[in-house]
Amino acid sequence: MSNHGSHNAKPKDRTDQRAEVALGALASAVLLLIAFMIVFVFSKAWPSFAHNGLAWFGGGGNVDEQLSNIFNSPANPADYVYTMHAWPLLYATALITGVSLLLATTISLLSAMFIVEFAPDAMRRVLQPVVRLLAAVPSVIYGLIGVLVLVPFVGNQVITAGQKESVQYVIQLDGTSILVGILVLTVMITPIMVAIVTDALRAVPRSWTEGAAALGVNRWRALRTVGLRAARPAIVAAAVLATARALGEAIMLSMVSGSVAFAPNPLDGVTFFVEPARTLAATVVDNAEGLSVKPFGQTIYAFAAILLISSFFLSFAGWVARQSMRKYTLQAR
Amino acid sequence: MSTHSHVPAPAPPVPPAPPRDISRGEDSWSLGDKIGVGMAWAAGILLCLVAGAIVLYMLVRGIQYLKFSELVSHPLPSLDQSNSGGFLDPIEGTIILTILGTAIAAPIGIGIAVWLSEYARPSWLARAVESGVEIVAGTPSIVLAIFGLLVFQQSFFGFLSFTAEGNAVFGRSFFTAGAMMSLIALPLIVGATREALHSIPSHVREASYALGKDRASTIRRVLLPASRRGIGTGITLGMGRIVGDTAIVVILLGASLQLQAENDVPVLGTLKGTGSTLTSYVYNNSPAGEGGAPQKAYAAAFVLLIIVIFLNFAIDLIARRKEPAWNR
Repeated sequence: MSNHGSHNAKPKDRTDQRAEVALGALASAVLLLIAFMIVFVFSKAWPSFAHNGLAWFGGGGNVDEQLSNIFNSPANPADYVYTMHAWPLLYATALITGVSLLLATTISLLSAMFIVEFAPDAMRRVLQPVVRLLAAVPSVIYGLIGVLVLVPFVGNQVITAGQKESVQYVIQLDGTSILVGILVLTVMITPIMVAIVTDALRAVPRSWTEGAAALGVNRWRALRTVGLRAARPAIVAAAVLATARALGEAIMLSMVSGSVAFAPNPLDGVTFFVEPARTLAATVVDNAEGLSVKPFGQTIYAFAAILLISSFFLSFAGWVARQSMRKYTLQAR
Repeated sequence: MSTHSHVPAPAPPVPPAPPRDISRGEDSWSLGDKIGVGMAWAAGILLCLVAGAIVLYMLVRGIQYLKFSELVSHPLPSLDQSNSGGFLDPIEGTIILTILGTAIAAPIGIGIAVWLSEYARPSWLARAVESGVEIVAGTPSIVLAIFGLLVFQQSFFGFLSFTAEGNAVFGRSFFTAGAMMSLIALPLIVGATREALHSIPSHVREASYALGKDRASTIRRVLLPASRRGIGTGITLGMGRIVGDTAIVVILLGASLQLQAENDVPVLGTLKGTGSTLTSYVYNNSPAGEGGAPQKAYAAAFVLLIIVIFLNFAIDLIARRKEPAWNR
């Protein structure tokens, strides 16, 4: 919080105070809008949670059937159907987001180190703008490539007829799968992380890594033990940002990871990876036309509320992590 | 360090150390380090390959399928790709929505950033606003979209979109989509502007106060002009996000094939009407949407990619502009 010279400026007239009040009011208005959004979404979502209790988060039954029952519930408000066991959606969201984040973190740390320390100059000069471009490519383009290139490839080349048969009574395997979802999502969020981590590694004072080098450590060790450690708050920030993007990614995942609310079963072995799944955000997009049907809309808002809560927790967790690291490292913003 | 200045006893003669390998060669590294460096190389090259593959693939497909006529003709409802027209309307939609969203987000974002960095009183409110902006940044655009639908379907906002018989408000229009789009651009603009304001040394402010300017005019005449670069970067980043967002368009713009003006008033009618953008056009023409027109989807995605590349380039140009004197 920088309050630059707040005391040495004596307001000469009212314009200064008016400016402060106006800007403060603007900021408060946006704050109010955000609070309003949170309250609105939660109050709208409440009936769905209230009718199901904790079973909402549990498994059981087919989510798509439950959704269509809710959609077709009788017009009389007393007879609204609310039964929803959203476990497959939550599971799919956690699975796809988690695995992509793991992959993206690994790749982005390594490639950020590569860009900062090991890459030849020519390569570095190409890589940096390319990473920034990749971070800015709209998700629908990733989704398009995924659904037109990767999905047919997985459907025709990777999945064997035997695998299709083995689960044909449960689910149809056509290539839209968590495998493609995770792959494309990783490609999507890695550049975001690389960009942030590269900047942070650059910002580590030269003298720190030089100090390490002077103690006889080689370049790799110096970068790993001093550079990466000093950049930890930025790494956390990058991971939080990437997770937020992954959690909220709706369009791309609804294109490539299948539009069936199915919980892939790890017991299926390799087939597990080519089974479809649908995340919360993708479910919201796929069912947005039904929002005007009241109980259905309330159920969709319940999905949105879960997304909202997760992103709160995410930024809160990131904040806590950065606070605890602050003492030892560069000042993180 | 040492305040004792007694002369140390002469050290016993040290045998000359073997010459240390100070070359930067990696021969002396331990196996683990070599593996680490190898993996870093692998990751870097993988990144290059993936990036190259995506860009090349889109380039090939784009050149293959994009026809100039598609850029200037309206999309038509047809199942056959050769008859479904071009995507003039989506391009217009993208431009309108981007301008609208930025026009809403820029003044608000700059205002908030100035307040946070120059006033920030009371401090609890400042902290709350800060976390509020962070919450918006973390909120998925799909949540913003359905929140917007909920809000703008209230009859109070009926003037912003179609109103059906029986006063049911449609809630989907360029106005409503632009309003929600401004929220996804807002955190970027606030962040970049704050950063720019932060980087102005406080003696610049003090010099302005010493010349008798109050804070409001210091902000207007000194600080804002000096942070133009940061503001420009923030706005361009925000435009990039707006151009690339699909969820809000699909839900809040109606994603109708052509621009459908609400009435005959030239500009307002269009803004109150529905339309589509390149992103929703790509989505709807992909196998995931209803239409199976992959060629059209590729062509539109190519145009979209070019817009994004152009925006990226603009950021570079802005970054190359002259810095204010005190930073040079």
